[in-house]
Amino acid sequence: MVADGLSLTFGSGDERTAALDRIDLTIERGEFVSLIGPSGCGKTTLLRAIADLERPTSGTLLVNGMTPEAARRERAYGYVFQAPALYPWRNVERNVMLPLEIMGLPRAERLDRAQRNLQLVGLSDVARRFPWQLSGGMQQRVSIARALSFEPSLLLMDEPFGALDEITRDGLNLHLHELWRTTGMTTVFVTHSIPEAVYLSTRIVVMSPRPGRIVEVIDCDLGAERPLGIRDTPAFTAVGSRVRRALHGETPHA
Amino acid sequence: MREIGRRIVPVIVVLSALLAVWYAAAFVVDAPQGALALTRPLVPQPHQVAAALIAGIFQPLGPRSLIYHAGVTASSATVGFALAFVLGIALAIGIVNVRILDRSLMPWIIASQTVPALAVAPMVVVVLGNIGLTGLIPKALIAAWLSFFPIVTSMVAGLRSPERIQLDLMRTYDAGSWDVFAQLRWPSSMGFLFPGMKVAATLAVVGAIVAELPTGAVAGLGARLLGASYYGQTLQLWAALAMASILAVIAVAAVDAGRSVLVRVRGGRL
Repeated sequence: MVADGLSLTFGSGDERTAALDRIDLTIERGEFVSLIGPSGCGKTTLLRAIADLERPTSGTLLVNGMTPEAARRERAYGYVFQAPALYPWRNVERNVMLPLEIMGLPRAERLDRAQRNLQLVGLSDVARRFPWQLSGGMQQRVSIARALSFEPSLLLMDEPFGALDEITRDGLNLHLHELWRTTGMTTVFVTHSIPEAVYLSTRIVVMSPRPGRIVEVIDCDLGAERPLGIRDTPAFTAVGSRVRRALHGETPHA
Repeated sequence: MREIGRRIVPVIVVLSALLAVWYAAAFVVDAPQGALALTRPLVPQPHQVAAALIAGIFQPLGPRSLIYHAGVTASSATVGFALAFVLGIALAIGIVNVRILDRSLMPWIIASQTVPALAVAPMVVVVLGNIGLTGLIPKALIAAWLSFFPIVTSMVAGLRSPERIQLDLMRTYDAGSWDVFAQLRWPSSMGFLFPGMKVAATLAVVGAIVAELPTGAVAGLGARLLGASYYGQTLQLWAALAMASILAVIAVAAVDAGRSVLVRVRGGRL
């Protein structure tokens, strides 16, 4: 994923707001990159631009070497929204099969993939339940399984755990990290939680609002093994405070 | 058992209050005329109406049978409802998908409902009669005319009910407009369609009865009502009215039955 001088403006005339202002960012295959910043900093807009849900005003943006639109048409990415957005009239299994049906896969293949991906998020035993019978955390795991079901090369996640309580969130973070480690899937993750970003990422992109700019890109080399206890280590805290300083506009290494 | 009691008790209370008021009214109106057991009371008492209704139901099939008249009305109401269903859903799909149709059709659809059906019904019947359409079809058309409106409006609301996030999701799958319709808009609309269909079902019965009034029909609950009021047969009139509401209740129950099938398919929720 390459962004070069990417800008995106909403509205026109006096009501113009620059959601993104000259963003330069390259994300390599296999990375886990978090976009973090206060609300209105354009982190979700950047994610939506990558997904071709918003159109950039200027600059170039390439996803897998293609335009975002071409990448979307090739189903290059799976998108996980803030809310699970499951269809209440479909049971869990059929929700996971939804993109596969749209892609026109044969039924046996759809079932096989749904079962595999539900197993990946640890929800095989609720395949026949309906979304309203599941907790919020389980619903979001179904939506992750749905995003993975068509084997995209890129996973885009927009504050997927923002609406969940902290205990559920910790569990899902652990789960997501394991998932990323086993699949090696390139992931772009929007969040406003510093511990979450530090725990999950290989790199953290800190953004500032009005106009949406990148303040700093922070490497996060905590190794591949990340038990939840890693949060109490000095290395973890050090990265966390660098992110915090960048968020509050202090110059690094000052 | 307590649960059932909690449901039934309020119904019984309201029903007894209504019956009490009705008996009181019948007494006040009919007592000055002499007796309470008139054959043509101005306000017949509930048990008289019930007796007339039961007598009408258990007649052998023929012009004196309420089942016969209800059947005639029910057939034009059913055909009318079916027409309204097809037309209403087709219009709603057009309105949701084509912006020009939204602007051009909606005002006419609303205007169509402001015209009193009773005034237009004879015209419809005469015009259709001139081109050789008589019998069930004109009556069904008038029933359809009344009942398509709630279907259109509820279906338009239902097809527009998917949230932005659900539409964005379909976009990330590069879903075509057919998939967006079949997998998202149509299933989303069901929770809106059924309340609309309930209203439409009762309106189809009303429409069928109204259509029988001016057509000089000899059969149907409308014809029965008209005949009874012409000859001052109040018991017959009220029995036909009661039969009409039974018909409407059956129509609503049929819609509800369809709804519960769908609810079962969807695992307990619509």
